[in-house]
Amino acid sequence: MSTISTSPRRSPLQGSLKERRLPRWTPVATVAGAVALAVVLGVVFDITSHLQWGLMAAIFFVAGQYLLARQVEGPRQAKNGLVSSLVWVAFLLALLPLFGLLYYTISKGASVINGTFLTHSMNLISPNQVGGGLYHALIATLEQVGIATLVATPLGVLTAVYLVEYGNGGPLAKAVSFFVDVMTGVPSIVAGLFILTFWIVILNQPYTGFAGSLALMILMLPVVVRSTEEMLKLVPNELREASLALGVPKWLTILRVVLPTAIGGITTGVMLAIARIIGETAPILMLVFGTDVINTNPFKDPQSSLPLYVYQQYAAGTDASQARAWGAALVLIALVMLLNLVARGIARWKAPKASR
Amino acid sequence: MAKRIDVSGLNAYYGSFRAVEDISMTVEPRSVTAFIGPSGCGKSTFLRTLNRMHEVVPGARVEGKVMLDNEDLYGNGIDPVAVRRTIGMVFQRPNPFPTMSIKENVAAGLKLNGVRNKKLVDEAVERSLKGANLWNEVKDRLDRPGAGLSGGQQQRLCIARAIAVEPQVLLMDEPCSALDPISTLAIEDLIGELKEQFTIVIVTHNMQQAARVSDRTAFFNLSAVGQPGRLIEIDATEKIFSNPSVQATEDYISGRFG
Ligand SMILES: Nc1ncnc2c1ncn2[C@@H]1O[C@H](COP(=O)(O)OP(=O)(O)O)[C@@H](O)[C@H]1O
Ligand SMILES: [Mg+2]
Repeated sequence: MSTISTSPRRSPLQGSLKERRLPRWTPVATVAGAVALAVVLGVVFDITSHLQWGLMAAIFFVAGQYLLARQVEGPRQAKNGLVSSLVWVAFLLALLPLFGLLYYTISKGASVINGTFLTHSMNLISPNQVGGGLYHALIATLEQVGIATLVATPLGVLTAVYLVEYGNGGPLAKAVSFFVDVMTGVPSIVAGLFILTFWIVILNQPYTGFAGSLALMILMLPVVVRSTEEMLKLVPNELREASLALGVPKWLTILRVVLPTAIGGITTGVMLAIARIIGETAPILMLVFGTDVINTNPFKDPQSSLPLYVYQQYAAGTDASQARAWGAALVLIALVMLLNLVARGIARWKAPKASR
Repeated sequence: MAKRIDVSGLNAYYGSFRAVEDISMTVEPRSVTAFIGPSGCGKSTFLRTLNRMHEVVPGARVEGKVMLDNEDLYGNGIDPVAVRRTIGMVFQRPNPFPTMSIKENVAAGLKLNGVRNKKLVDEAVERSLKGANLWNEVKDRLDRPGAGLSGGQQQRLCIARAIAVEPQVLLMDEPCSALDPISTLAIEDLIGELKEQFTIVIVTHNMQQAARVSDRTAFFNLSAVGQPGRLIEIDATEKIFSNPSVQATEDYISGRFG
């Protein structure tokens, strides 16, 4: 026989459900206090690195929140507060690189972006001259990524349809699934090497934008397959059965019921895959070769590409060329953002229409 | 239009597991036949063998004969897609196509089977929605998504979708189990009207519902979990509910079961 001992507790006060709470503005005050303390310590001890100032402020904030809550609200709330403030700090730390990157790229790249930059190539411009532009690289990137997308999307979607709708977990489906997993892990330089050996050395084809597209396609394919597969698995089986029970053949059921239901997610997956390949440099360097002039034909002669352009301009090392590198980087980021916005738009427009 | 179904010696399997065993029965045309029995005794499985939906499940197969008038549905050269056009199905949970409007949902069976004539489709939509007692509620919002209707309306939409392709037989697997009493009543009334035209088979867990809507009732049972389900008896509904010939049926109906 044991009795449950009830230890006296600070809260709830006298059996009431009310608890002593810190005022709502406490976190703001703690942040201010932590920052002030960090600045004072930084100045007093002559710490030059602002990174260290920030880290000190973060630690003071977390500790301060915990101790305050422990004093006023009790241990349980203090632990709750500790975890909350850790989550906040982690969130801010995760945002830091993102905003830092955007900030640097914009501050260094925005100044060179103008009409000339967007509509001219680097033809006859030497690295230390200002002027010139990325038109040839932009066009080439759009073409190379466009071709890769046009090939990889139908291939990938059909593969996913096979895996989900026809494979039934059989040996072929398992094998395909395994190789897709392996492909997901292929480094871009290996994809480039493969196309270099197969397309350029063995088949004796020239360096062209298309050769680059082939490597990009290899990189894109597994991403499209995986994301489409997940989306198709999310389509309720009841919808397939409803359609089959109407006497609709299986292929038509997939085409008109299953794929439209999943189209939003599939589009998002394709866009993510594009975002993955649009910044690839290694295979482009090996297969497209690079050029300073405008070549709009991806099937003949070398082309450039945005990541390659960034690399070359940065490597040239002059002030003018490095400014161009940042400008091109900014254009590349803007392009990816634009694609993401388009994908969201399509996903929202095509998503199954719920109750309204 | 309505046709008779004659089942003899039917076994249905999921892989190596036999879910129903040796079922023989006749489903009369222009009548309602109810299937009752405890959960897991194979009512849904058997129902789905009647329009070849059973084989949609990977690894599932069927042995035996299902005659629709004079044609064996499992005979050589029979196209399961054509069978499903002739024998429609309504599922337990309402499942309108989420990407389609009310009108497109009802027209789906026709459109996906290649009927292009717009006038024909529109007429079929109106006729089917009226047939499903839904026309008055949705006629002003035919272009709204089907998923925006209430549960009971969605189920009637699914019935409209099933009857739009003008099947001979309509199979319903617990069509009211996800619905409130009012919607259930609406569907039961509808079943009473539909049997003028169609042969109807309905699975139900609700004994009163079986008694209210059906002309004949079949009782299924299984001897133990993991054993195949069997048909215990099938007879006129009044007989099953007043004076069944098998003790197990009486036990089940009077709630003295398990
Ligand atoms: N897709 C399936 N795969 C494997 N076994 C199944 C499947 N569906 C049903 N079963 C099994 O078949 C038996 C009959 O199930 P079911 O026909 O759904 O019964 P009821 O509809 O009478 O409740 C059960 O033992 C069930 O576990
Ligand atoms: Mg069932």
